Order: sequence, then C-alpha cells, then structure tokens
Amino acid sequence: MYPDNFRYTKEHEWLLTEGDTGTVGITDHAQQELGDIVYVDLPKVGAKIEAGKSLGTVESVKAVSDIYSPVSGEVTRINESLADAPEKLNSDPHGEAWLVKIRMSAPEEIQNLMSSADYQSYIGAEK
Amino acid sequence: MVDFGGWDMPVQYSGIIDEHNAVRNGVGIFDVSHMGEIEIRGPEAGRLTDFVTTNAVQKLKVGQAHYSGLLYEHGGFVDDILVHKVAGDHYFLCVNASNQDKDFEHIRAHNRFDAQVENAGARYAQLAVQGPKARATLQKLTPVDLAAIKYYWFTDGDVCGVPARIAHTGYTGEDGYEIYIPPTEAVRIWNEVMNAGAGFGIKPAGLGARNTLRLEAKMALYGHEIDAGISPLEADLGWIVKLDKGDFVGRDTLVKQKEAGVRRKLIGFEMRGRGIGRDGYEVFLDGAAAGWVTSGSPSPTLNKNIGLCYLPAEQSHPGKTIQVMIRSQPVDAVTVETPFYKRAK
Repeated sequence: MYPDNFRYTKEHEWLLTEGDTGTVGITDHAQQELGDIVYVDLPKVGAKIEAGKSLGTVESVKAVSDIYSPVSGEVTRINESLADAPEKLNSDPHGEAWLVKIRMSAPEEIQNLMSSADYQSYIGAEK
Repeated sequence: MVDFGGWDMPVQYSGIIDEHNAVRNGVGIFDVSHMGEIEIRGPEAGRLTDFVTTNAVQKLKVGQAHYSGLLYEHGGFVDDILVHKVAGDHYFLCVNASNQDKDFEHIRAHNRFDAQVENAGARYAQLAVQGPKARATLQKLTPVDLAAIKYYWFTDGDVCGVPARIAHTGYTGEDGYEIYIPPTEAVRIWNEVMNAGAGFGIKPAGLGARNTLRLEAKMALYGHEIDAGISPLEADLGWIVKLDKGDFVGRDTLVKQKEAGVRRKLIGFEMRGRGIGRDGYEVFLDGAAAGWVTSGSPSPTLNKNIGLCYLPAEQSHPGKTIQVMIRSQPVDAVTVETPFYKRAK
C-alpha cells in the first residue's frame, strides 16, 4: 500500500525522488481521511517552495486542507489533469494523482522524512 | 470519528457523496443519539412550552410535532427544537446535543407555571431512517401502520418489539422517520434496520452527509445559520414565529424587529467561480464586505457548490452577484431562491 521507495511526512504527503527531482503527492491515508475530493489548488510552475510550508490545498466535500511540501525547491511541473478530475486523488493517490514535481534545492531534507515502515506505524496502519 | 458536543461521531462511513445519494435515492440510517430530549409534564405543561417557544403550541394536536425556536429575551436563539405533543399534559422536546443543558436551564428559569421539566437525554437513543425507502424499511420492524402517520406527526408503538416513539420527521429534506428508543436496545435496532433495508441498498450515514442533506433542504444548523446573536426573523424562519399567539420569551424584541425591519437576512447562493464558499468566509457586495457565509458545500444532488450567507436585508434577494472571499481571493457567486432541493411529493 505504501511504496518502499517513497518518503513520507507527518502531514501525510509522500515524496518520490529521481535525481534532483522530487514528485509530491498525498498518501492513501490522507485521501481516506479527507473523503470525496472536489478541488485541488496547486502552485504555478516556477514557484519557489519551502519544506514544511503550504504548497497548495486539497478540498473535500467536508473540509479544506493544506498540502505541505516535504522538501524545498522550485516547482517544475504540476499535474494539470487534477483540475478536471480531482477524484483521482481518491482512486490513485500514490500514482496517477501526483501533485507537483520539484527541483530540490536541499536534497538533504529527505533525511527528515519517514520511511514506509515508519509512516505505517505512525498512522497505525495494518500491513 | 470527531468530537461533536462531547460525542464521538462518525463524519462518514462509505463516503459523504455515497451516503448522501443513498438517502436521496433509497434509504440511509443515522445514529443521532447525541440529540437531547427534554420532557415537560403537568397540568400547565402546554402553557410553559408555549411561553418558552416561538411556534403556536396551542395549535398542536396530540400526536403532532412542529419545528420551533427557544429564544432569549433579546430575540437570539437559545436553540432550535422539535416540539411533540404527547398528551395535553406532556410535551417532548428534541433539542441539539450541545445545547441540551443550556436549554434545560433556560426552560426551568422561565417555569413560572405548574410544570415539571426533565432533562431526559440519557433515557433515549435516536435513529433517523431517511429516504424514499425509509417507510418500506421501517415498516418491516413495526406493527404500527407508518402510512397513517402524517408528515410531522408521531405515534408511540413497538419497533423490533421495544416501545419506541416513531416520528415522521427528519433533517434531510427527504421522507423519513426519527425513532426514539431505549439506549440499551439501540445497537440491536440499528442492526435490524440495516437488515430490513438491505434490499433497498441501505447505507449508514454520518455527520458529513447529514450536513449536505440538510443544507440542500435549507434547514438551519445551530452555530451556523442561527445562534444567540441571530433572531428567527433574520434567519428566514418567520414561519415558526407566531406573534399573535400571546406572550412568549423574546416576543417583545421580535415585535420591534418586525416593525423596524431586520438589518440582515439569510439568503442562499451558488458559486459561479471555482471554489466553495465555506462557513465563516466573508461575502462582498460591490467591492465591500457585506456579510458572511454560514454554511457552504458541494451539493451532491445538484452538482453545484451551494451555501447560505447573511447579507444586509435590503440586498438579500435572489439574483444578486456577490463575491465570496476564498483564501483571500474574491470568487463570484450569485444569490438564489431556496431551498436548493425539494423532494417530489
């Protein structure tokens, strides 16, 4: 359920790194907690993002939640398909519904994130 | 689970939209045992009930219920409630969980009649069975002829072999029943209702769906559309205020408000721009702050983003373009007629 090659935040985002690029999404646990997701607000390409700061919002029927960036850097791509199909965040949060790609300025920040095993014990998920 | 007035309650089971649609198209069951109950008894029970509420208690027949307001002298809401006339000397009030103790104290403080007031919440669990298939579901579990209970009437009878109060009421804008049962039997009756409704696709529904359903039907939620600072005339609830029925707590203020006109009034809106106007968001008219959103949500039935807001009374009519401030950005919306959803009879 929670891929081993991802890193995770306490705020329920995931990060997948390839070279100096990090792909960010929300976890399956997050989408379950949020329920039916109806809007996603993402930053613009080129935006400078700081680790731990809001990079956008996800909105479900019930509530609005900030998305916190796992790492610092510059946004190089956003997942534009989510504007018309935010429900993908419920159906495929670890895959098709990634949110943004960031060119990381401080890759050492990855050390602050949780492994899959740590994240699962953090949320009390059953393996 | 969330804390709701001290009760652990599920926001959702299978998902708000799924649960919402089950109630609109089939049947859903809500555990609303958190709701409070207050019983007023004695020869002057009717006089006390009438004196502390806005609607005309004298007009209620035995077995009939109505929606009403419990007001402060200054015209603001202590609570919004359902009043059931069980007998000439016995009234049964269903009140909001978080207001129960405050309501009880308020009623007692105004009890200058020969009436007994009991805070009876602990004696009742409540299940709401709601949706076009609610009657067919519940009928399997009771000898009472449900079709004979008119809307906003109730009867006492057995459900699953247990004495219950069966009310043809609800908070969803859909047909349905609210049953008051002994707490010790609540889990068993819940399970039996789930079995009885299985063929109709019954779903358990949580606070999330309860909110979207009541909002589409424009039913007020205490703490949102109404509170201690809002009068029923402002909340578009003039229909539960019977100024000609005789004296009641808050009447003097409402008479003055009616003569002078209220300053602000509740109105529905639909978002035009991208976004959801949620409760507490500011509303702008012609570039200036003019009011606030009381409730806002996607409407699963209408597939629009809807809400309710307060605007200056003279501006509070359908067809006005407004802006809702969503995370510091003004987003267009337009005021509309309510309710947003009305079931076909």
